[in-house]
Amino acid sequence: MAIAAHEETVHGSGHAHPSDLQYVYVALFLGVVTGAEIVLGYRHPNALIIGSLLTLMVIKFATVALWFMHLRFDSLLFRRFFLTGILLAAGVYIAIMMTAFQFFGNDTTSVPLNKIPPPARITR
Amino acid sequence: MTDTIVHAPIPDQSEGHHTSTGLSNEKLAMWAFLGSECLLFGGLISVFLIYRNKPVGVGPKVSQIYDIPFTSVSSFVLLMSSLTMVLALAGIQRGDHRRARIWILTTAALGATFVAGQVYEFTSFVREGLGYTTNLQSSAFYTLTGFHGVHVTIGIIMLLSLYTLSLRGNLPTEKAETVEIVGLYWHFVDVVWILIFTVVYLIHP
Repeated sequence: MAIAAHEETVHGSGHAHPSDLQYVYVALFLGVVTGAEIVLGYRHPNALIIGSLLTLMVIKFATVALWFMHLRFDSLLFRRFFLTGILLAAGVYIAIMMTAFQFFGNDTTSVPLNKIPPPARITR
Repeated sequence: MTDTIVHAPIPDQSEGHHTSTGLSNEKLAMWAFLGSECLLFGGLISVFLIYRNKPVGVGPKVSQIYDIPFTSVSSFVLLMSSLTMVLALAGIQRGDHRRARIWILTTAALGATFVAGQVYEFTSFVREGLGYTTNLQSSAFYTLTGFHGVHVTIGIIMLLSLYTLSLRGNLPTEKAETVEIVGLYWHFVDVVWILIFTVVYLIHP
């Protein structure tokens, strides 16, 4: 009984990991999404295209993390570790972008040095 | 009585390891490491996004010399390496060591193809007049993609180590978790490239 219990702990139990064929299907899905991304990448980058590309990116990211990295089947603690890292990284991005006052658009805040007007002369 | 305790289902003790969390410490450490890696790449991507929209001054803009079809093929290669990695893990968990070795080697080969593509891309960019110190944008681009390339290279070294271990018979089914941990690193490198490919290559002004 002890041996059986030991085997159970070493090999893990209660997790029905996907079959090889399911992994192939997931990879095919990722390939299709990548194809869609490339098609969209050639379009003029308006808000809709950028939004669609970001959505497809998140779908691909989540698919790899949930299926290939087994976050879908593994302990919730692993998911929390990873999500914490992602949220902190997003925080870094937002902080830096707020500092530079720009996100995905053109930077309109920085003024070239030769365009800065000279200081006004003070006359008494 | 003892049997009842051993087999009682305990939430969050998915792998049933004899640790305080019930989880493998090595796997937990890898997830913590990957969480910290998110911060590293988050910072690098942010820096690139800032300099991407700035006037470059000297040399071409990075977005002017992208070879999107070439990078798309590289991205697809790296994406498929995640599939071969997970098939390697499935193989070793089944005890099919020969097949696991084939998939591990295939993953390493796909990773090497990706790195070779990146070296080719860097070389062609330099020929176009965009060096590492040409402007701030090029520095940010090479640092971001270069750091990712180094991560892929480290992954290849780990995969080749796994292959050697397996060939020598030092990677039994009981040690499948070692392959899983290397796999986690490999998939992370893949998800980072998913971000870089979209944000750096596909979305550009």
